[in-house]
Amino acid sequence: MSPPPNSKPRVGLFVTCLVDLMRPSVGFAAVKLLEDAGCIVEAPVQTCCGQPAYNSGDRGTTRDLAMRLIDTFHGFDYVVAPSGSCAGMIKAHYPELFEEDPNWRAKADALAAKTFELTSFLVDVLGVTSVEATFDGAVTYHDSCSGLRELGLKSQPRRLLASVEGLTLVEMNDSDVCCGFGGTFAVKYSDISGAIVDAKAKNIEAAQAPTLLAGDLGCLMNMAGKLSRDGKPVQVRHVAEVLAGMTEEPPIGAARAEASSKGRS
Amino acid sequence: MSARDDIFANIRRSLGVNGSETIRRQIVEDRLERAPKGVIPKRGQVSGEERLALFKTMVETSLATVTEVSSPAEVPQAIALFLRNHNLPATLRMGEDLRLKAMPWSDTSLEITYGPSEGRDLNAVSHAFGGIAESGTLALVSGPENPSTLNFLPDNHIIVVSAKDIASDYESVWNRVRFAYGKGSMPRTVNWITGPSRSGDIEQTLLLGAHGPRRLHVVVVCD
Amino acid sequence: MTVHSTSPQFKQNAARALKDGQLQKALGNVKQGFIDKRRMAADKLPEFESLRDSARDIKNHTLEHLDLYLEAYEEKVQASGGHVHFARDAQEARDIILAICREAGAKTVTKGKSMISEEIEINRHLEANGIRPVETDLGEYIIQLRGELPSHIIAPAVHLNATQVEQDFRRVHTHLDAKRDLSEPVQLLTEARAVLRERFLAADVGITGANFLVAETGTSIIVTNEGNGDLTQILPKTHIVLASIEKIVPTLEDASQLLRVLARSATGQEISVYTTFSTGPRRSADADGPENYHVVLIDNGRSSMLGTSFEEMLRCIRCGACMNHCPVYHAVGGHAYGWVYPGPMGAVLTPSLIGVDQAGHLPNASTFCGRCESVCPVRIPLPKLMRHWREREFERHLTPATVRSGLRFWGFFAKRPALYRLATRAAMATLGFMGRQRGRFTWLPLAKGWTKYRDFPAPQGETFQARWQRERKGRAA
Ligand code: SF4
Repeated sequence: MSPPPNSKPRVGLFVTCLVDLMRPSVGFAAVKLLEDAGCIVEAPVQTCCGQPAYNSGDRGTTRDLAMRLIDTFHGFDYVVAPSGSCAGMIKAHYPELFEEDPNWRAKADALAAKTFELTSFLVDVLGVTSVEATFDGAVTYHDSCSGLRELGLKSQPRRLLASVEGLTLVEMNDSDVCCGFGGTFAVKYSDISGAIVDAKAKNIEAAQAPTLLAGDLGCLMNMAGKLSRDGKPVQVRHVAEVLAGMTEEPPIGAARAEASSKGRS
Repeated sequence: MSARDDIFANIRRSLGVNGSETIRRQIVEDRLERAPKGVIPKRGQVSGEERLALFKTMVETSLATVTEVSSPAEVPQAIALFLRNHNLPATLRMGEDLRLKAMPWSDTSLEITYGPSEGRDLNAVSHAFGGIAESGTLALVSGPENPSTLNFLPDNHIIVVSAKDIASDYESVWNRVRFAYGKGSMPRTVNWITGPSRSGDIEQTLLLGAHGPRRLHVVVVCD
Repeated sequence: MTVHSTSPQFKQNAARALKDGQLQKALGNVKQGFIDKRRMAADKLPEFESLRDSARDIKNHTLEHLDLYLEAYEEKVQASGGHVHFARDAQEARDIILAICREAGAKTVTKGKSMISEEIEINRHLEANGIRPVETDLGEYIIQLRGELPSHIIAPAVHLNATQVEQDFRRVHTHLDAKRDLSEPVQLLTEARAVLRERFLAADVGITGANFLVAETGTSIIVTNEGNGDLTQILPKTHIVLASIEKIVPTLEDASQLLRVLARSATGQEISVYTTFSTGPRRSADADGPENYHVVLIDNGRSSMLGTSFEEMLRCIRCGACMNHCPVYHAVGGHAYGWVYPGPMGAVLTPSLIGVDQAGHLPNASTFCGRCESVCPVRIPLPKLMRHWREREFERHLTPATVRSGLRFWGFFAKRPALYRLATRAAMATLGFMGRQRGRFTWLPLAKGWTKYRDFPAPQGETFQARWQRERKGRAA
């Protein structure tokens, strides 16, 4: 289902539960980027894509939530999420959930075909090559796993970041290696998760960029939590905030008072 | 039920077949008969000098050494030189290979012994069935001509290969094996050898000469 | 069958491994060496990705026709003068092997590296029956001296350093000069070579595994870099090949396709040093080679995996790439997995072989980062298969009660958007207010696992949906 030519595409924003609950500013940054690129953006009432249940082996609950989400978003030209992991859930896994149900399978396929992660939608679908934003200083970028390996996200965020005035990207070692988040894994196997994020934090620190960016809030919270626990002064943000030039909110895990005095560029 | 019958029954139950379906049998027979080739890397698909050059480069990549001689008559000298250069004793064991036996060993002072190795030989020479340019691999077949023990027990192994037997890829060697031994038949052992023996088992450090030869030297005969 | 596994104690094993400084240092070798070498080998071969497809297709085709290829293989082995034995399970395999060894009057048995022989615990059985098994792969030899399981399927001793090996050699090789210098790895190698050379020459039976079995010709294939597998099989009078039934491939061409991806994925070599194709016992004119050739084909749970979602796991060619690229394996090493097969392939295979009630942790201890699948030469969807295990555990109520009730609680709200908005709005407002000062929590109830190692960033306070409603109410279409 592609939009009629010359009309603005209607985009349903799947804000994702983490952004909804923890960091709405990422959602508003996404809205700005999409509107700047000429989309009409709506955010229908929504909950979760079901990934936590899916990865815990609870297919029944996952299917219930997937059906609900398919219904909620089926009328849009596109569905966009500021997360490779949640977009990947819809794109790569929804069809698989309904393997034995041709009716729902068709609906899941249709939704999968029009669902995109934010930076991939901007670059690959809309052909956006630059954004209007400035950011002072160096950033390093972590490639979250689902986006990287399920959706092939690698160049898209970098391409957009390259257009941000004043920003330089410093690559860290092993930017494509998992941060150890893995949803409930971080709690269930916290020792191992702790060791993996420890290695990640060392690579982040070694890159010597004052800011860390990524496209998935779960990973960001994991890395931000580790960096702050270790007393590392790296500021952590979702890539959409920087691309939209919306960095008024304090970085992830930073205090409000502190941030308002020195956290702004 | 015997273990054999039980296993077959379980496989068939799992696959949902009974084993006598004509179509399945045909598919299997056909594949065994035709032996389709699959993906062959372009790298080896060169001929003449280019193929020989690729072969030599790949042999060296595998940490073996290689020299070229222009006739079988030059092989003994080349081997004697190799042994001398590495300060190795002038001894050499070989099998009954007629190509090797016909070479003028008396031109050298090498002390030649014949037959399989019992583990006390320092140096041995074998004649390869063929070479594979794609990866710098030597293909050897077992038999009284070139006993398999010579490939593994001596410290220094020398393999003579005729340039015309160097193929582009593994598949071409299988064609020749089928031609020589009959379709579906094999010599007791075919050895593909690519470089000298090595191990990385101690701290992932590469060390040569684990159980097999520490040195592998290849002599290509371009006649 | 009693299986000696510590997989149920995965968490404790992992915790211990994380505190083991020596192990952590050794694991650094895995992270560095294997990954770069594989990438370089793959980059050098433009056809690598299409070879992976080809490898996957060959394995799938064979599994779909496994009964027929097994028949063809068996016939060819017999035609070349070899014997084929079938074993339903580990115990049957052990009995068959012992009987062959007894018939050969064996005192010493040399062994090439074989994971299936670890799976059926053949060494223990031979020893109990007065036969001495000697592992000849350097890594396997070392861990045999230590009485350990391999910690990696292609680098069994990757968890050890040279000093530990030196200590083991001094402890065991007491016939050698106590003052000898073993400070360099090459000296350790030379000593092992000399000691094992005597064993090779003295062995009565040689046992190897098989990387592939070729139906077309009745051939078994082994791949090594050391040459130990060859000395194991050509010197003794009897050669026994142990292989699980899924090792079959149709033709020599098919084997060649798989060999092109095996070494590149495993060690980053173009091809391993020795690839050996063995067919039957020595021929009448032969000057060397074994007089007897036996193949023991072991099922041990494989045939029941066919036709299920775990059939894909039977494509595995044991290259080790998945564990080389696994962040969990990098963190805890192979022994934490508690049985023969570690890493992602073990996390899928082990529950099939010893039961998910035993090995339930393994498929759960993954972040689903997907790096294993992205390098698997036969494209096994390892994360998907781990998820299938989680689904089975959930169905069988093996999932921990706290997880189940947590999921139920969360699912209840997630399925009721209005309630969800209300509840989350209140919860986030509270959390946001509480975390406002510092921007993070260093401790939260219900999230102790999280806050043990990292802070929990505080939410901004208002939810996206609440603010969207507030700001966009008039504007929304
Ligand atoms: S699962 Fe794939 S990557 Fe892992 S050992 Fe098997 S073949 Fe190799």
